[in-house]
Amino acid sequence: MGKRVGLEVTVAVAEAVALCRIDMAGVYPITPQSHIAEHLSNLVADGKLDAEFVTVESEHSAMSAVIGAAAAGARVYTATSSQGLMLMHELLPIASAMRLPITMAIANRAVSGPLNILNDHSDIMPQRDAGWIAVFAENGQEAVDLSIAAFKIAEHKDVMLPVSVNIDGFQLTHMVEPVIMPSQEEVDAFLPPFVPHATLHPSRPVTMGAFSMSDYFTEIMKAKDEAIKNSKKVILEVWDDWGRQFGRNYKPVETYLAEDADILMLTMGSMGETAKIAIDELRGKGVKAGLIKLRLWRPFPFAELAAVLKNAAQLIVTDRAVSFGGPGGPVFSEIKSALFAQANRPAIYNYIIGLGGRDVAVSDFVGMFETVRADKAKAKADTYEFWGVRE
Amino acid sequence: MNIVENFDLFAPRLINKKELFSCGHRACSGCAEVLSVRLMCKALGDNTVVASATGCMEIVSSMFPTTAWRIPWIHVAFENAAAVASGVEAGLKALRKKGKIDDRYIKVVGMAGDGGTMDIGIQALSGAMERGHDMIYVCFDNEAYMNTGIQRSSGTPMGASTTTAPAGKASSGQKTWKKNMPEIMVAHEIPYVATVCPSYPLDFIRKFEKARSIEGPSYIHCFSVCPTGWRSPSETAVSMGRLAVETGVFPLFEVENGHYRMSADMPKKLKPLRSYFKPQGRFRHLTDAEIDAIQERVTAEFNKLTQKAKFL
Ligand SMILES: Cc1ncc(C[n+]2csc(CCOP(=O)(O)OP(=O)(O)O)c2C)c(N)n1
Ligand code: SF4
Ligand SMILES: [Mg+2]
Repeated sequence: MGKRVGLEVTVAVAEAVALCRIDMAGVYPITPQSHIAEHLSNLVADGKLDAEFVTVESEHSAMSAVIGAAAAGARVYTATSSQGLMLMHELLPIASAMRLPITMAIANRAVSGPLNILNDHSDIMPQRDAGWIAVFAENGQEAVDLSIAAFKIAEHKDVMLPVSVNIDGFQLTHMVEPVIMPSQEEVDAFLPPFVPHATLHPSRPVTMGAFSMSDYFTEIMKAKDEAIKNSKKVILEVWDDWGRQFGRNYKPVETYLAEDADILMLTMGSMGETAKIAIDELRGKGVKAGLIKLRLWRPFPFAELAAVLKNAAQLIVTDRAVSFGGPGGPVFSEIKSALFAQANRPAIYNYIIGLGGRDVAVSDFVGMFETVRADKAKAKADTYEFWGVRE
Repeated sequence: MNIVENFDLFAPRLINKKELFSCGHRACSGCAEVLSVRLMCKALGDNTVVASATGCMEIVSSMFPTTAWRIPWIHVAFENAAAVASGVEAGLKALRKKGKIDDRYIKVVGMAGDGGTMDIGIQALSGAMERGHDMIYVCFDNEAYMNTGIQRSSGTPMGASTTTAPAGKASSGQKTWKKNMPEIMVAHEIPYVATVCPSYPLDFIRKFEKARSIEGPSYIHCFSVCPTGWRSPSETAVSMGRLAVETGVFPLFEVENGHYRMSADMPKKLKPLRSYFKPQGRFRHLTDAEIDAIQERVTAEFNKLTQKAKFL
C-alpha cells in the first residue's frame, strides 16, 4: 500500500505517469500544465524515469512526436492546456484514427480571447468529436488514479485509442492535496506492458496513415465510432480492477444523495466538491437536492445517466464553456438530446458558470437550486443562462 | 570518365537492386520527385523508417488499401513530418535502450515537399534539427504546392507562373526569390547538409549514404523536376534536372560540419539560364530583360557559394 503524501496535483500526476514506466514524453510548456512537464523532466534528469523526454518546439509538434513514438511502439505521454490543445486540434482525430494509445493530461483552461490563463472547459469542448476517450478528475487522488488507469484503458487490445485526463487548471492542478501514491510494485501489478498491434519497425514493415477516398472513408469512420463505443466495457473493467486493487472505485456517472432527490445538479470536474457542500446545506433545510458527477465525457455514458435521472423532476446542468449561438452549453445539449426520447424526463435547466476562472461559491450553487425550484411553471426549462454575470 | 554519361555501365554494380519503393504508385509519368524517393530508398536500405508529410509523394504512394512502401512508413499531417520523425526516433531509441526491440541500427527519415518544408513545416523542421535527433530530413523540392494544383511556395523561383502567382498582363509570375533552404539548415549547425538531384544518381546515392552514416541530424535538399507543374515534356525530367545543375540554378554541394564542398558533377563553366528556362511553360512569359535579371542573380548566388567552398 502506498503512502499518503501532500503533493501539488501536477507533481502527483507526473509521479504517477513515471510509475507507468513511460518510454517517451513530448511536452510543451503552458500554464497551468507546465509543472507536469517540469516534474517529468526532473524525474528523467535525476535518473528516476528511464524515458526520452523530447523538448518539442510547440504543442503541434508535441502531439506529432508522441504519435510518431506511439507508432514506433513506445508508451507515450503528453500534457497540455488551452491554446496548446487548440494547436494540437488538427492531430487529435488522426491519433484516434490511427488507433494510437496516447495518454494526455489536459489542465483545463479558458481559450483566448481574451487571453486568460484560468480554469474552464472551453479547451476540451472543441475536441469533443476527435475520437478520444475523455475523463474528468474531481480531486488530486482522482487525477492520479485516472492517469494510471488511462494507460491501461488506452493500450487495451480492444480499445487502442487515445485518452485525455481532464484536470481543472489551478483549481485542481495547483492545489496541494493529500494523495495516496501507489508504489511501483502496485502499478506494475496493475498495468501490464504495452503490446502494440503493429509498429514502425523494419522487422515487419507497415504503412500507417494511408490516404483514403470515399471508397473506404465511411467504413473507417464507422470503425472508429464502434471502437470508442466498445471502449466503455473496457473502461468499466479497468476501473473495477483499480477498485479491487486500490479500494477506490470509479464509475462513468457518480452520484451524491441522488436516489430520492427531486432536484439534481450535474457537474463535471472539480466543481463537484463545492456543489456537494451546497447540497448538504440544502438537505439541512429539507430540500431533496442531489448531485450527479459526470466522470466520463467520451464515450458518453447514456445508459448510466438515464438510470440516475429516473426520479427527479428538475435537473440543473452546469457548463464551463459556451456554444456561441447554439442551443446551450455543450454538456447541456448533450444531455438534453440523450434524454429527448425519454417519456418522463426531468425539466432541464442550464447554467454557464465559472468561465475563465470565475469563482463559483457554495452560495452560487445554492442560488441556482433556489432559482430553479422557484420556477414552478418551468418557464426557464430547456434554456440556458450565464450565472453570476454582471449586466 | 563521366559517371552520369556511362550510367548503364556503373548502375548495376553501384546501385542496390532491391526496390523498396514499388512500382504501381500513382505519380505522373516523368515525375522526378518519385524517382528521387525510389533512389533514396535504394540508398538507405531496409533498416529505414520514413515519416512523410502530406503532398504528392504521400498521395501517390499510399492509396488505402494499397501501398508502395516496403519499408515502415507513416504519414500524419502536412506540416509535421520532422516532428513525427523526431518522435519515431525517440521512441525507437527508448525501446532499443530498454531491450524491447532488437539492437539493429535504424535510420529515421522525415520527408516533405518544398511547401511542407520551407513554408508550413519550417518550425517543426527547425525544432527537430535543433534538438539533434538522429535523423535525415529530405525536402523534395518541386518548387510549388503540386499536390493541390501548382500554387506558389517560398521555394518557387522568381518569375515562375503558378496558379496563385500567375503570369498576366500586370504580373510576371513569382515576385520573390527562392528561399535558400540549405543555408537555413547550415545555420542550424547540423553535421551534414547536402543538395541532390536524381539526374545525378551516383552523387545522390553517395550523399544519402553519407547522411545515413552520420549520427545526428542531416538535411538533404532534393531538386525534383515536376513536368506537370512546370509544364515541361515528361520525357525531359532527367535532362531538365541536369540543366538546372549545369546552369547553376541548382548547384550540387554538401556542407559537412560547416565545410562546403562542390560536387564533382558540377561543370567548370555554367550554361546560360535560357537553355533551362526554354522547355518550361512556367517561364514562357518572361521577357529577355527579366531573364537577364534572373541570370544575374543566379550567377551571383553561384559565385557566393563557390567562394564558401574555396576555404575547405
Ligand atoms: C494544414 C494543411 N494545410 C493545407 C493542406 C493542403 N495541402 C496538402 S498538400 C499541399 C501542398 C504540398 O506541397 P509540397 O509540400 O510542395 O509537396 P508536393 O505536393 O509539391 O510534392 C497542401 C497545400 C493540408 N493538407 N494541411
Ligand atoms: S504533380 Fe509533379 S510532383 Fe506530383 S506526382 Fe505529378 S509530376 Fe510528380
Ligand atoms: Mg512541392
